[in-house]
Order: sequence, then structure tokens, then C-alpha cells
Amino acid sequence: MKLILKINGASRAIEAHPAKRLLDVLREECGLTGTKEGCGEGECGACTVLLDGRPVMSCLVPACQAQEATITTIEGLAARDGALHPMQAAFAHEGGAQCGICTPGMILAAVAWTRDLATADSVGEALAGNLCRCTGYTKIFAAVAAARGQGDGGGA
Amino acid sequence: MIGESPTRTDGAAKVSGRALYIDDLPFEGVLHGKTIRTTVPRGRLRGVRFLPGVPWDEFVVVTAADIPGQNVIVLIEPDQPYLAHDVIRHVAEPVVLIAHADKGLVEKAATLVALDIDPLPGVFTIEDSVASAATGDAQHGADNMFKRYHVARGDAAAALAKAEVVVEGTYETGAQEQLYIETQGVVAIASAEKGVTVWGSMQCPYYVHKALGPVLGLPPEKVRVIQTVTGGGFGGKEEYPNVIAGHAALLSWKAGGRPVKLVYDRLEDMWATTKRHPSRTTIRAGFTRDGDLTALHIAVDLDGGAYVTLTPVVLSRATLHAAGAYRCDDVTIEARAVLTNAPPYGAFRGFGAPQTIFAIEMHMERAARVLGIDPLDLRRRNFLSAGDTLPTGQTLAEDPGLGTMLDEALAALGPRPAATPGGPWHGRGVATFFHGSGFTGSGEVKLASRAALEIAPDGRIRVLAASTDIGQGTNTVFTQIVAGRLGIALAAVEVVPPDTDIVPDSGPTVASRTSMVVGELLDRAAVDLKMAVEAGGPPSSGPEFVARAAAHVAAGKPRHYERQYEPPPGVSWDDATYTGDAYAAYAWSVHAVDVTIDRLTHQAEVADFVAVQEVGRVLHPILAAGQIEGGVAQGIGWALYEDVVLKDGAMVNHQLTNYILPTAADTVPIRTIFHERPYAHGPGGAKGIGELPMDGPAPAIGAAIADALGVLLPRIPFLPERILVAVDAAGGGKP
Amino acid sequence: MRSRLEDFDVACPTNLSAALALLASGAARPGGVTPLAGATDLYVPFNAGHVAPTTFVSLHAVAEFKAPARWDGDIYTMGPLTTYADCRRDPRVARDLPLLVAAARELGALQIQNRGTWAGNVANASPAADGVPVLLAYDATLELTSPRGRRTLALADYFTGYKTSVRAGDELITAIAVPMPRPAAGAPPVRAFFRKVGTRRLQAISKVVAAGVLERDAAGIVTRARFALGSVAPVTVRARAVEAALTGRPLDARAAEAAASAVATDMAPIDDMRSTRDYRARIAAGLARAFAAADMA
Repeated sequence: MKLILKINGASRAIEAHPAKRLLDVLREECGLTGTKEGCGEGECGACTVLLDGRPVMSCLVPACQAQEATITTIEGLAARDGALHPMQAAFAHEGGAQCGICTPGMILAAVAWTRDLATADSVGEALAGNLCRCTGYTKIFAAVAAARGQGDGGGA
Repeated sequence: MIGESPTRTDGAAKVSGRALYIDDLPFEGVLHGKTIRTTVPRGRLRGVRFLPGVPWDEFVVVTAADIPGQNVIVLIEPDQPYLAHDVIRHVAEPVVLIAHADKGLVEKAATLVALDIDPLPGVFTIEDSVASAATGDAQHGADNMFKRYHVARGDAAAALAKAEVVVEGTYETGAQEQLYIETQGVVAIASAEKGVTVWGSMQCPYYVHKALGPVLGLPPEKVRVIQTVTGGGFGGKEEYPNVIAGHAALLSWKAGGRPVKLVYDRLEDMWATTKRHPSRTTIRAGFTRDGDLTALHIAVDLDGGAYVTLTPVVLSRATLHAAGAYRCDDVTIEARAVLTNAPPYGAFRGFGAPQTIFAIEMHMERAARVLGIDPLDLRRRNFLSAGDTLPTGQTLAEDPGLGTMLDEALAALGPRPAATPGGPWHGRGVATFFHGSGFTGSGEVKLASRAALEIAPDGRIRVLAASTDIGQGTNTVFTQIVAGRLGIALAAVEVVPPDTDIVPDSGPTVASRTSMVVGELLDRAAVDLKMAVEAGGPPSSGPEFVARAAAHVAAGKPRHYERQYEPPPGVSWDDATYTGDAYAAYAWSVHAVDVTIDRLTHQAEVADFVAVQEVGRVLHPILAAGQIEGGVAQGIGWALYEDVVLKDGAMVNHQLTNYILPTAADTVPIRTIFHERPYAHGPGGAKGIGELPMDGPAPAIGAAIADALGVLLPRIPFLPERILVAVDAAGGGKP
Repeated sequence: MRSRLEDFDVACPTNLSAALALLASGAARPGGVTPLAGATDLYVPFNAGHVAPTTFVSLHAVAEFKAPARWDGDIYTMGPLTTYADCRRDPRVARDLPLLVAAARELGALQIQNRGTWAGNVANASPAADGVPVLLAYDATLELTSPRGRRTLALADYFTGYKTSVRAGDELITAIAVPMPRPAAGAPPVRAFFRKVGTRRLQAISKVVAAGVLERDAAGIVTRARFALGSVAPVTVRARAVEAALTGRPLDARAAEAAASAVATDMAPIDDMRSTRDYRARIAAGLARAFAAADMA
């Protein structure tokens, strides 16, 4: 089917099987390989993207259900001039990224929470859908706190 | 520069999604591979049938008969085939490889390959394996033993016979999945004419390099291995990439040199690849009534799985850490690793030491209760200190300072949390331990690792090492060491991505050796380079040094500065008697934990965790703390959540839904405190760090649970189901 | 991704009658039809290659289903696409149907809450469906619609066995109506209880999950008790014996023990890779006791 997706601010027309996972549409049709597959069962969150502003597991989203949606992937988070989003910068500086494979999804989940703090009572709850095997989360908590200190709490 | 925390060199790429992992790289005309595996644990392969439903003529199909070289995975012993052709030794054993350009079709085809296997009775426990071998049905040697070690110092039997108090206990640990979030994956291009090139997610490019030649029948110079950005390893990408790289190369070879991608999905990765060895350790310890440790007899059994792989080395590390951080002059350690019909167990952070440290630490807890001595006092009374001798005969030159570290850990935890009526049980526990840095004994001498620096035409310095950055920050630390030694900006140093055509063999990225051993080689190479560039002239730094380095190259002077490992003076080891200096250096640590246990669910959770460690000089505090925090979290997972459920030797809960890792919601910030005692033979004074934090959490949590409930559980994971049974058996927990 | 996309058809009807017509056509299609709401459950086995080829009928484009959940007096009515996140965002649900929010919070990660639907949780009929016990405790009713018409039934009458239900192949769950409990005049507040015992705090499958609603008269005598359990039987169950044990008596220690004893007849827990039969039985009893415990009023 023909899909119209607004990805990272740009509208795209894509031909894809309607049951194809949004994850695969992004990686294969759009070349956006920053979105990772960690488990293919909605457990690890490495494939997290923002669908109409809210974090979702893109391995569990059929392409047809993303029709006409607005999608933000990790590639769409930095400013147009390439300047890192404060959450990205904080993850890099604070040690929130080690091997980096969970990082795109983790950052998107963290950004979504800082934009709408009512969605979770704590950073732990906000990131419970994103597994990291490297950090023990300690530096991720530090990165999220640092980014919030930079004033991303309001957000768009 | 050493001791500071610059942003990691790959940080920006990783946080922006630009870092390209193996599955992100485009390869023109790539075929997608899939491994067809057995579902029975033991038997004889009669045949393979390809059922209708897909156009088989379009597929590349590889069986053992197609292997151009030797059907042997090169590691320690030549017992494991790339593709089984006769004897089947475990569930998930590879038999057939298929590939096609249509990934969906490959998945469908994989369901249409029938393996006809005459089943044979498998063995799934150490007892069954030993018993089966005794009846003449051995599958390895005469007795199913992969390896035995015997370490003896003094006379443990006599000391036990004389001991005022003897305490005996048996401790068991379960398998554990490494669970790197990036699954195993490679791409291979292989042909007789052009040789083989493999790109992939791996820890040890030269292990893969060594394995590919024999299976393809190629000389080493026609083998090239390139590490791509690697999404975690933890040991799981130490030896297993030899397997997947060989499989992809075989498919490409059969396909006439087309690129073949093999990337496992999570289900296959968890089902088929290596895990931490399950263990059982029985300790008999002799004490004086006052609590002096006078004798230790330790019997260590590891379940090795179906093939030898790295098990002998894992058993070695288990053996060498089994007596713990305690002084004892009469020690016997009997260690053995046994075949079972399980997928082979393999390297995982800690490499055998976490299993035996769990045992000795839990045994100290048990002994303290038998002796009526506070467990902390019992430890303090017996801590190793300067001049004490380890079971292999190695004498400690320096005092590790465990008592001070224990004081500091307890002070950091602060007063015990007050219990609330009806609220959870509270407990506090500690573990005190060491971990040897680098390869065991003569291992580093045998590796003879090399690493080099090269001056680029613009005067920037390129680091040439086979050490891989798998997340731990190797590239950043190497950059710091070299830039620090040369007095130039970090940006003037570039770490070349490991490619066996370009970098020398620096040994594997394992065993907490990369910063200490390879970093030291680079530091020495930097000294050589600096002397050559400055050539007796005045010292320089910064842009001035870079300019002089550029002029040095322009003048046609040597650009390449390589160093090879030399053992620190005075270190010796005898493999025959297993005596001597087991490790050139040791890192020391105390973990202290507060645990709560819910009175209804009996779920134990970590409420606070303090890790104090002495790892020599800390090169990069943020990365170092990240190593400790991550290792502690893996240890907490192993202790409380991660239960590999086995059936016929294979993991049945091989999904993330059913193999439980703690999430951010289960995790408290881990507090790390470093004691820095510079080590003379590490770069900037550094020792190994990576594995150390894996050793402490399980016994510390076990001690805390024992403290909370008055019940000592000898087996991890401490699942709530097991805690409930233990509490019931003890007649209920504390009020 | 182990399923081959070409083996699957997908229909995206844009109105209810088209959706129902597709469902009705299922009998004639090889592999039948499979309604697809948030996909958070179905795409897990689909990814693993465990879904037989079928025609997915995606409900996302159905115009009638785009209406948000609504309050009619004391009844909260959710549509087929109402998600857990939708529920959590409704302040009146938080106040008047707090169990829905409690269950939504612990059902899965935020990414799952943003996509998973209550109707899908019911339709899959898993014994471990964490959304169902709270709906059972609130005495929710379902509206089932097919080309043959509409019918309503109590959720408690919906499940027939492990992953089976009374829903016919051509029926869709088109509404879930949840009445808000109100205390009688002068009576103590309605007690609402939810506890999920999972493999970890969040993003976990339950080992045991329990939800309860308890109403009393002015004298403190229990007039109505509803208690539901998940993961302890082939279906999510109303624990009728617990309810009977608590009804008509004050909430005292004896009542709590009666509830804890009664629960054994309400369940048939098993050993599986997530927990044990004995553990589940003990925890379920503990949850029944906690539900009734007077000090929680």
C-alpha cells in the first residue's frame, strides 16, 4: 500500500506491505537505521519512536496503522544545524550511552517524558520499557536529570 | 588528561543514530542467511529433507559436505563442528545453512527443512554425565571431563581434621544470558580467489581471523576481519562470532562470493548462543572457635555444555578465585568441567569467578552463623593482607586494604533503614573479593600482544590495536592515554577501527585486560614515538608537537611505533603445577547492599547499593563508574531475576518477555567509590576493571537476604518462589 | 521478523459496516480474518512466526471507532480503540475508576500503554490479561457487534476457556461499559483494590493479578464484593467464593481469613516458566486477605 508518513518534519510517500512493521519501514524504506531492533517483541524498547508525539514500540506497529502519522526518530531530534538535542548531549556527556544500541530508543522515551511529565511518576517508570544492559541505568538517570536541568522539561 | 572524563569519542554518533552497526550497513546484492538447527539434544543425523513450499532451486544451501576446509571451529580443542553431519550433541546445533535475497522467504524456508535424527539419551546434569560415562557412554574422552584442575597449598585434609569447627556447604548458580541488546550478526564475502572478508559485531577480530582460514582452507593472508560498531558483548561476543562468521562465510563461498548477512533475531540468539556456566561448589572450611580460617577444601563443578569451547579457561578463573579474599595456609581446590548435552556455555563477564566467589562469600556467611560471629567480623579477621600467600603460592606485596574499603562501604550505606510495621523485611549484606586483571598465568606471555601508533601525514596520531570498543569506552581511554603521553589534544588522536588488514593482534578484548595491557603497550609506543619525534630536541606539546610529527613524516622518518607485551618483572607461572603468580595484578572490591523483601510476594529488591573498589588509577571516572554500575546491575540481575529455564539442556524462556532483566523501574542508582592505588605496570597506573563488579552483587544480596530472613539460600537466582519455600521451611521469616 | 509478509493480507476498512462485512467474510477466506487493534499482543507472535497466515482487519481507520471514550452519567464507555494511555489521561477515570488507571500503569511500558487497547486485551482472552481483572471487578459489560446485530453481555460471561470466548468470528467488541461504583448513603467509601505480582515492577507479565471492589452499608456490613484474578486459571476469573465469603459480614480478621481460604476454590494455578503453582496459590490467598483486610479501609 501507499503510505504517507511525516517523518522528522518531512512528508514521505512510501510503498510498503500494510503489515510491515513500522520499524522495518523506517530502516529499510526510509534508510533511518538509527531505530534499532533489540527483541522484536515489544520488550526492550530499542525500536522506540514517537508516533504522533508519543513513544511506541515500532516493532509492534503495522505500517497501515501509521498512515498519515507524524513520526520522530532519533535522526530527527537534533536541530537542523546538527546541534544535539539537550537529551542527546546529556547522554553523551554523562555516560548515558555505552554500546549505544539502546540509546536512540532510550533518548526518545526520555524526551517524550520530559515533554509530558504526567505520563509517568518517575524516570524509572518512564524508561521501564527501554532495557539497557551496559549502564545499570545510573548514568542514564544522571543524563535525564542533566537534560531536564537544561530546561527541556517544557518542550514542544 | 588521565583522570578526567572527556565525552566519549563515539558519543555524538551514538546519541544521534549515526553509529552504524552491522545490520545498518548496506551491502549491494546481499543474501540473508539462516541457520537450521536441531531440536533434539543428542542423536545421529540420518538425513536432511527439503520440503516443498519454497523454490529451493533459488536458495543457497550449505551442509557439512560443502565445507571447503576443516569442519572444525578453532578454539581450544577441535571437537566442535561448524555444521553437524553425524553426531548431534545439543539442541540448537547447526546442521544446514540457507540463504536467499528475500528475507521473508528465508524465514519460511527455514520451517521447511526437516532433520531426520535418531535420538540418543542425553545427559543434562553433572551427575548424569559422570554416571553415563561410567557406564561406557562417554561423549568426551573416557569420562566426559573437559578439564580438571588441582590446586593445593599446605595440607587441607590434615588441617580440616584438626579444625575446631568445620563448616560445610554447597552453592549453586544458574546459567545467565549475556543479553547484549544488539544480537549477534555478521556479513561475509568469501571466495577461493579473493579470500574472505567478514564485518561484524564482535570482541575479538583475531579469534575470528584464526578460525576462518581452516574452515575455508585459506591462508591467513586471505582472511580479513573488520569489527563494526558493537552493541554490547559481555563475553557473549568473545568466541561465538567464530561460529556465525564461519557460517556466513560458508554461505557466501557457496554463493560464489555474494555478500551474505547473518543477523540472529533475539529468539535464536537466546536459544542457540553461549551463556554463563552453571556451577555447583562444595566447600568444607575449618575454623578456630574464634573464627580464624585454618583449612579450605573446595570442589568446583562447572557444566560445560556439549563442546569444550573456552570452558577450560573459564574453569581456570573459577579455580583461581575460589578461595576468596581470605588468608588460609592449607587449601585444596578440586575443579572440574563436565560435558552435558546443552548448547555450549561460554564467556560471560567474570568468566567463572562470579560462580566461585558466590560460593566462598555465602560460605563465610554460613560459617559466621555456625560460629556465632558477626559475618563482617569473620571476614575482617581473615582478610588477605600484605605478605599473605594465595593458594597458587603467589605472595601479596601490597596490602589490599579490604578493611578500609569495608568501613567505607558501610559508612556510605549509613544507618540501617528502620523497619515499618507490616512493611518489608530489611537486610544488609556485603561481599568482599578480588578479581585478577588480564589473562591467567602465562597467558599474556603466550598472547604476546602487539599494539602500535602511526603518525599521519598531518601529524595526527593513529592508534592501531585490535582491541574493540564494545561500549566500555576503549577508544576513548586509548585516546586519553596516547594524547596524555604526547601532550596533545584528544582530537589529534584517532583510533582506527579494528581491521585485521590494518591493526596488529593486540589479543582479545576480554579478561579486564584492554586498558591495563593494551593501554600500556600504547603508552610505551607513545613514549617511543615522542622520543623519535622530539629526537633530542626540546620537548613540545599541543599543536607544536603535531606540527613536528608532521615534519617528521615529511622528512621520511619512521611513522610506525609498535610495542609487544613483556611481562612485569618478577612475575612467573608454572602451568604444569598450577603454581606461581596467577595474575600480575588484582583489583579489589567491597560491595554493600540493603535489600527489602516484600512480606506478601517475597520478592527481594535492592534498596541501596554501594560498590567500593581499588582498580589502580582511574583513567576516566565516568567510564570507570559506568563499568562498575553496569557490572553491578548484571550481578543484581543474575542474583534476583535472571532464570534460564532449561529443557533438554536448552533455554525454553528464550524471549525477553520471559527472561527477566531488571528495568529502570527496578533499579536504584548504584553508588561507586574508587580507591586509587596506582599500579606500576598499567598505563597511568591502571589495573583491570571490567569483570570485577560482576563478582559481588549475588553474594552481597544473598548475605542481605540471610540477614533479613535468618535463612541462607544457597542457590541463585533468589526468585521469590524460592525465598517463599525457604522461609516456609524455616518456619516463617523474622517478625 | 519471522513471518513472511506476502503470506498475509491486510484490510483497512474505513467504516463499521465494511469492517463487519470483512469479518463476516472470514469463513470464506483461507486462514480466516483476524481483527487488529493496537497490535501490541498480536504482533509479538507475528514477529516470532507463530501466527498462521490470515487476513488482518485493521480497525484503526474505522470512522466510528475514532470517537473518544465517553462518560454517560456514572458509566464510562470505551470504544474498540481506547488505549490504556487514553484512560490514564482522563481525570475522571483517575478519580472514579481508579483501578483502570492502576492496571493501565502496570500493564506494560508507556510504549505499550500508548498503543494497547482494552478491547484487544479482552478479545485475546489471555489468562494473564492484566486489563481484565479490573474490568471484572467493576462489573463491566461488553457490546458485541456483527452484521447480525448487537448484543451486550457481562464481561464475566465472556470467557469460555484458555484464549477462547463467546465472541463469534464475525463479531467485534465495539464497546466496554464500566459503571462507577457509588457507596450507599452514609456508607463508608467503596474500596478499590488492585495488585499485580509480576516478574518485576513494570513491563512484566503477571504471576498473579487481582482486582476487587467492595461496597458496604452504613453499619460496615459488606453488601457487595467483586474480586477477580488473573494468571491463576485458564481464564481471568471472578473469584465467586471469595466474594461469597465476604458478603454479609463486617470486614474483620475472620473475614480476611475466610477470603484467603475461599480463594482456593476459585482458581487452578499451574507451574510454568514464570512461576509455580504453589507460589501462585499462596500469593492469591494473600491478595484475597489483603483485599479484605480491615486496616486497608
